[in-house]
Amino acid sequence: MQEKVYGYWLPIDISTHGATVDWLINWLHVFMVALFLGWGVFFVYCLVRYRRRANPDATYDPIKGKIAKYVEYGVIVVEAVLLVGLSMPLWADFKHAFPDESDALVVRVVPEQFAWNIHYSGKDGKFGRTAPEFVSADNLLGLDPDDPDGKDDFNAINNLHIVKDKPVIAHISSKDVIHSFKIPVLRLTQDAIPGQDIRIWFEATKNGTFDIACAQLCGLGHYRMRGQLTVESEAAFRVWFDEQSGAADEEDEFSF
Amino acid sequence: MAEHAHGDHGHHELPFWQKYVFSTDHKVIGIQYAVSALFFLLFGFCLMMMMRWQLAYPGQPMPWIGTLFSAVNMPEGIMVPEYYNQLGAMHGTIMVFLGVVPLAVGGFGNYVLPLQIGAPDMAFPKLNMASYWVFFVGGVIMLASFFVPEGAAQSGWTSYPPLAVIAPTGQTWWLWGMVALITSSLLGSVNFIVTTVQMRAEGLSFFRLPFFVWAQFVTAFLLLLAFPPLEAAGVMQLMDRIAGTSFFMPSGLVVTGQALDVSGGGSPLLWQHLFWFLAHPEVYVLILPAMGIVGEIVANNTRRPLWGYRTLIYSIVFLGFMSFIVWAHHMFMTGMGTTISTFFQATTMIISIPSVIILTAFALSLHGGSIRFSVPMLFCLAFIPMFAIGGLTGLPLGLTASDLHLHDTYYVIGHFHYVVAPGTIFALFAGIYYWFPKATGRMMNDVLGKLHFWTSLIFMNGVFMPMLFVGMAGVSRRLYDQTQYAYGAQVQGLTAMSSWSAWLLGLAQIFFIVNFFWSMKKGKKVESDNPWQATTLEWATPTPPPHGNFAVTPRVYRGPYEYSVPGASSDFIPQHASENGQVAQPEPEPEPTPTPADDD
Repeated sequence: MQEKVYGYWLPIDISTHGATVDWLINWLHVFMVALFLGWGVFFVYCLVRYRRRANPDATYDPIKGKIAKYVEYGVIVVEAVLLVGLSMPLWADFKHAFPDESDALVVRVVPEQFAWNIHYSGKDGKFGRTAPEFVSADNLLGLDPDDPDGKDDFNAINNLHIVKDKPVIAHISSKDVIHSFKIPVLRLTQDAIPGQDIRIWFEATKNGTFDIACAQLCGLGHYRMRGQLTVESEAAFRVWFDEQSGAADEEDEFSF
Repeated sequence: MAEHAHGDHGHHELPFWQKYVFSTDHKVIGIQYAVSALFFLLFGFCLMMMMRWQLAYPGQPMPWIGTLFSAVNMPEGIMVPEYYNQLGAMHGTIMVFLGVVPLAVGGFGNYVLPLQIGAPDMAFPKLNMASYWVFFVGGVIMLASFFVPEGAAQSGWTSYPPLAVIAPTGQTWWLWGMVALITSSLLGSVNFIVTTVQMRAEGLSFFRLPFFVWAQFVTAFLLLLAFPPLEAAGVMQLMDRIAGTSFFMPSGLVVTGQALDVSGGGSPLLWQHLFWFLAHPEVYVLILPAMGIVGEIVANNTRRPLWGYRTLIYSIVFLGFMSFIVWAHHMFMTGMGTTISTFFQATTMIISIPSVIILTAFALSLHGGSIRFSVPMLFCLAFIPMFAIGGLTGLPLGLTASDLHLHDTYYVIGHFHYVVAPGTIFALFAGIYYWFPKATGRMMNDVLGKLHFWTSLIFMNGVFMPMLFVGMAGVSRRLYDQTQYAYGAQVQGLTAMSSWSAWLLGLAQIFFIVNFFWSMKKGKKVESDNPWQATTLEWATPTPPPHGNFAVTPRVYRGPYEYSVPGASSDFIPQHASENGQVAQPEPEPEPTPTPADDD
């Protein structure tokens, strides 16, 4: 049976951290709707009860009553709990509890107008040096041709392959303008800012192919800067990875 | 006041261009601001209605209207992405800087504030005139930018570099326009502050000021303190574009395969900090005057004092202060660490508290009232729940964990439009219906007003409610065609619904436009200077108020909302009524009224 991926509320979540995000979003909305409705009942009651025809003479003195004050305190408490109990720990996790690089798949994400360059280190596990002066139509990443580490590196344009249940560390940067790396099913958004290398991590828990989007206006092609995320088994990933890496290596052999 | 003698301005006629064009009278300037701003609101709305065609029916030619545009922007009636981005950037810029702020502050602030404090004019009438004309120049620059090669600015109203720095010429025009608009706001804000501090009528202490004046006063401080950083940032971006500096341009940029020829070493994030240091207080510049208007009208139409007058004032002062330390919540996804993000999440949660207090106070004001459902009151009553939706939807965006999913999606668009469209703009409509009789001597039509209200309320929600769901589904903002993504295609129906609602909302404004012009000539004449039986000083003037405003210099004896005072003979006691309830009457032959010294 095909599970519904996208709909009118949150898309399915295939990440390890997404459950907290969804929990927060859903309960926050329950809280918001409850507050709005409770308050709305009072509002409508006042409009009906105190319309001019029903109440020709207004009262000068303000109503006394503690309910408003208690609601106010309630709002403060809920906000504080959500902030301290959920949002801060999740953010700390997301920002600081990085998995060990040796246990993770490490990629570099270097978008440009209007594509996602996904830089894999190749079989040697080492990223080659990149520099702007080496950028050309065949070398979008600007890999240094003299750096042996870069020989088997490859650029999977618009195509991020990752392994199910294995953490991914992504170094997010940009070649030209600010983009934003967004994968709704992973509950992930990270601005890609030129001149900065921002490290994020995530882990996917379901196989499949999903959309990667740009979330920051980056020019006329912003809307079509779509990438594809493929989550697959270790074995399937290995086949793809070796094939790409080998091809990169061979290309290099030929060019020298 | 001034050392040199006052002329007798009440009796000699100023030439037309001095009376209506280069006028120093705060009321004329207020009306100039308001009319210009209404024009820009309509214009900005039209840009959006065009965008909504592309969003609802991506890549399909726009019927009829599409043929009116050049082949560059809309070949065969199909909008190109570059043009879509221009419309988007200019919609935001025009609505905020040329529409809502000039109407709320330049229009209502100028017209109403001096009247409510019993002043004959603003403290610096010439500065006031300069403020309008600099604004006007800014507006013309913005409009003209559509006609420069490659069109207007297209990097969003936020103009993030490096995109904005490498954008076509239109961006340079945008920056010049912004410099003019900011300068105009600065001139205006100084004037509002000095006028409020120095020119209040005798007896009008700070805690007798109408809530509207307080709201304008706090707003003026926000404008004064928040705008200079953006002015500086605007000039820096201008230098990056035309003088080869690199304030916002990092090293090593490669654009479309070419290394960019800039010195580098700058920081794109610096712009974002400077921009949002303005633009978050700016949100409160949009909302505070609206709250001020709502406060006046709610008190007047419930016939009882505003609930928690002092609490309301402390709340807006606190809001104003807090609005300076929440800006980076717009930047949670720029790679922010835990310390900074914790600070800004906490301040963001804290700033929601005074907003809740203000809404609660308005709602509690209804309790025990004798509510008149006049047209201005209807708009104010709608403001309260609509602003509540806007405020509540800010919560998931203010917490980083939920923002991880919702950042830069349509949820954001839905959220802030709920604040400014059915929120602020409804309050502004309320203000127009409310003060129209003071400015023109005629009432606006009630039936047209109610039609305008109900249709606007329904279609506003039709536009913005679907956006919250589209955003929840994950659709990024500023997309020319969301069907490129599977989850976007899934909710395309909601986007089409927003579009149809927007066009119907456009039609609904015809009720207002017809009403506005028809009532000016044919509306029912007011029977007194105080048709709403209000307490504040603007209703103590002749209608419309002459140059110099008051026939008798008012003296204030009481607070602003003395409605339904037990034992009083009528259900309202004007601020200028003395202890025994007497209102000073003008002499049969009015004395020449003092006017501000520096208008000739």
